[in-house]
Amino acid sequence: MNNALSVASIVIKELYRRKDFYVLFVLTAIITLLMGSLHFFNDDRIVRYLKEICLLLIWISALAIAVGTSARQIPAERENRTIFPLLAKPITRGQLIAGKFLGCWLACGLALIVFYFFFGVISVSREHQWAAASFFQALWLHWWMLGVVVAMTLLGSVVFAAPSSNGTICLLIILSILLLGRHLNKVAVQLAEPMSGVVSAVYFAVPHLELFDVRDLVVHNWDPINWLICVGATLYAAAYAIFFLFATWLVFRRQLVLRWQPGCSPGTRVGRAAALSPIACWAS
Amino acid sequence: MGNSRQLFANHFFTKADVYFHSGYYPSVFDQAIGGAPHITAAKDAAAETDAEHGREQSEEAGFLGPPRDWIDRFSRNFYPSRHSHLDRPGEAREILPWLRIAADLDPHKVETYTVAAYWLREHLNRVDEAEQLLREGWRANPDSYEILFELGRVFDENRHDSQRARNVWELALGKWRQRSARNGEPDDFVLEQILTRLAQLEEREGHWEKALSYLEKLEAVSPKPEAIQQQINDLKKKVVSAPPANRSGAQQTGKP
Repeated sequence: MNNALSVASIVIKELYRRKDFYVLFVLTAIITLLMGSLHFFNDDRIVRYLKEICLLLIWISALAIAVGTSARQIPAERENRTIFPLLAKPITRGQLIAGKFLGCWLACGLALIVFYFFFGVISVSREHQWAAASFFQALWLHWWMLGVVVAMTLLGSVVFAAPSSNGTICLLIILSILLLGRHLNKVAVQLAEPMSGVVSAVYFAVPHLELFDVRDLVVHNWDPINWLICVGATLYAAAYAIFFLFATWLVFRRQLVLRWQPGCSPGTRVGRAAALSPIACWAS
Repeated sequence: MGNSRQLFANHFFTKADVYFHSGYYPSVFDQAIGGAPHITAAKDAAAETDAEHGREQSEEAGFLGPPRDWIDRFSRNFYPSRHSHLDRPGEAREILPWLRIAADLDPHKVETYTVAAYWLREHLNRVDEAEQLLREGWRANPDSYEILFELGRVFDENRHDSQRARNVWELALGKWRQRSARNGEPDDFVLEQILTRLAQLEEREGHWEKALSYLEKLEAVSPKPEAIQQQINDLKKKVVSAPPANRSGAQQTGKP
């Protein structure tokens, strides 16, 4: 556990050393404040449009941070060849994945706290009421949703060749789930077999990330969700995150960690025999 | 670019409707099955019967239908899944930004002005803003009898300026006739409202002959001609029972 936490702490440090979070936060703040400075029909108590825009920007920023941070973790370690000293220490591949996941997830949590604090300040300053329970639930569910996203992207990072392709594919999948996930069952009943069965299977198989999107409830001041339902959603997210992490571990433990060896030329194909060898050529 | 502006304007007009229902609104997938509620359905409660409102309520309440599976049932806890309107005092202000943006994007969408003006003057007591918006809409749509009708309501109901209300409604009637002659498809719903308002105004002002003339025109287009005939009969009785001097004086001075 200590090994995983050590890896996680490095990932968190990486987040606050990089500019991504600051840029996204400043952009969110500027756009929200600009929109807040608008007055419609001389009424300064209109607030819901502002809450919606702010939450939308927070969701976009959080997704960008989560996917961007997790997609580059393992490929960057490979490219910089820092994965060798890491794995040379008494740290297993499972611990490395757990540490990377924890680091990315906690980093996302820290970023979310800052974003939601800003959202709370904006909301309270215009609405003069503090819906603490709803805000906390929105933050909590959002964070768990990002847990699934981080785990999914880590799996992508050991499957796909480059962080860019992994990030793009993961974002496409996540956006598709967020936009269409809730409606796949309605689409399925209108299709003929075998497409109906395929769509139904996809509906039941994919992680329903849209469950965690409670923006409409927060924007329109609905009552907080039942806490037991929240616990259920948390367990649902945890199950999918564990599943993706387990799959990542399965793929990663079978992968060869390639490194450069004198005598190998860049682009050398690494065969099965080489894969079994502790030292293989690094295919650049 | 023009078409995309209209598309976005329509999107934001619908967004106002979503806000009016506090986020409880059918998606495109639900609309494909059961249709959509609409902000204009709640625009004028006075012009809507109880049966019509009840039907709208039940359609809105039922668009989700029973849960199809456990994911569907579970997910309904995470988004607005109960029918709701912005009924509390002042809450209707939340729809205004989207209507303003829709009007800016497509100045020729008349409905945006009339709906926004209705909510501004009727629920938010912002008569000046409503009048200003309607005048802006009138400049962009000089042939719109809908905007003129709504402007007449501002003068009549809020400003209590019968003379200007009459002028605007008569102008609206003229525009309606022009458009009907041009298009060949008369918009009887708005005509009915213009004639009703004009008849009420003239009766209130004591111009009974004019009121009768509007009611007779209204009878021809109204879906309930019996009720209009009853009003005509009542008004005729009123005219007969009034003293002759008073009757003629009312015609001249505009007072009963």
